[in-house]
Amino acid sequence: MAETKSASIRTPRARVKGLGASGHGAEHFWMQRLTGAANLLLMIAFAVIVAKMWGRPYPEAVALVAQPVVAIVLLLTIVSATIHMRLGMQVIIEDYVHGTGLKFAALTANTFYAVAVAAACLYAIVRVGLGGLV
Amino acid sequence: MAPTARPTVAPPLSPHLQVYRWTWTMLMSILNRATGAALYGGTLLVTIWLVALASGPKAYGAVAWFFGSWIGLLILFAYTWVLLNHMLGGLRHFIWDTGRGFERHERMALSRMSLIASVALTIVIWALALLLH
Repeated sequence: MAETKSASIRTPRARVKGLGASGHGAEHFWMQRLTGAANLLLMIAFAVIVAKMWGRPYPEAVALVAQPVVAIVLLLTIVSATIHMRLGMQVIIEDYVHGTGLKFAALTANTFYAVAVAAACLYAIVRVGLGGLV
Repeated sequence: MAPTARPTVAPPLSPHLQVYRWTWTMLMSILNRATGAALYGGTLLVTIWLVALASGPKAYGAVAWFFGSWIGLLILFAYTWVLLNHMLGGLRHFIWDTGRGFERHERMALSRMSLIASVALTIVIWALALLLH
């Protein structure tokens, strides 16, 4: 074992950090699984909310989303789903987009899109939740 | 030595999907990525719906009308299947993450089952929604 250790070019500090060659360890993988599990639960509640919204006139639709439990579930769903989709698209880009500049542009656009979607949805939910629309 | 004629057949490029025999695991792996990408775009529909709700009755009325139209319902029906297929694909990967289900018959069955279940669940959910509506 001692020989194996001395043969490694990894510094003791890098070994202690345990983050591997990528420098960020299993964080991406773990976050994708964590948000995936959260999405699994949240999507069930989300589907029920969408079904209950079906055919409601505007004031009643606003009243439903303004209910604290509904608004909180929607907020959590948006946060978890946008993190998950950003990580997923990042892997697709890393697999298929090869030019350094193009890859950088695509990864940046991916983050912009995910953050823009999240900001728009979160703002809308809070706006409806705080009342005063009807 | 005389120069050789240019080959009339283009040299092969590195192989991709077209050279492999299709298997359930391959199909479902591709579908999981494709449905993930579709959901990435589909999140815009959720955004439009929520922003319209926050914008007022006129905007919401237009969006609600669209989603209630036959093309809107068709999109929502497809969205349901895409979401369920991706969700069940994720569950399949959770099982594989534990190191289980890698025997040939197991991985084929898991892949086949997730496709069948996604179609069945989509139909059940829409039947329930239409019945209870």
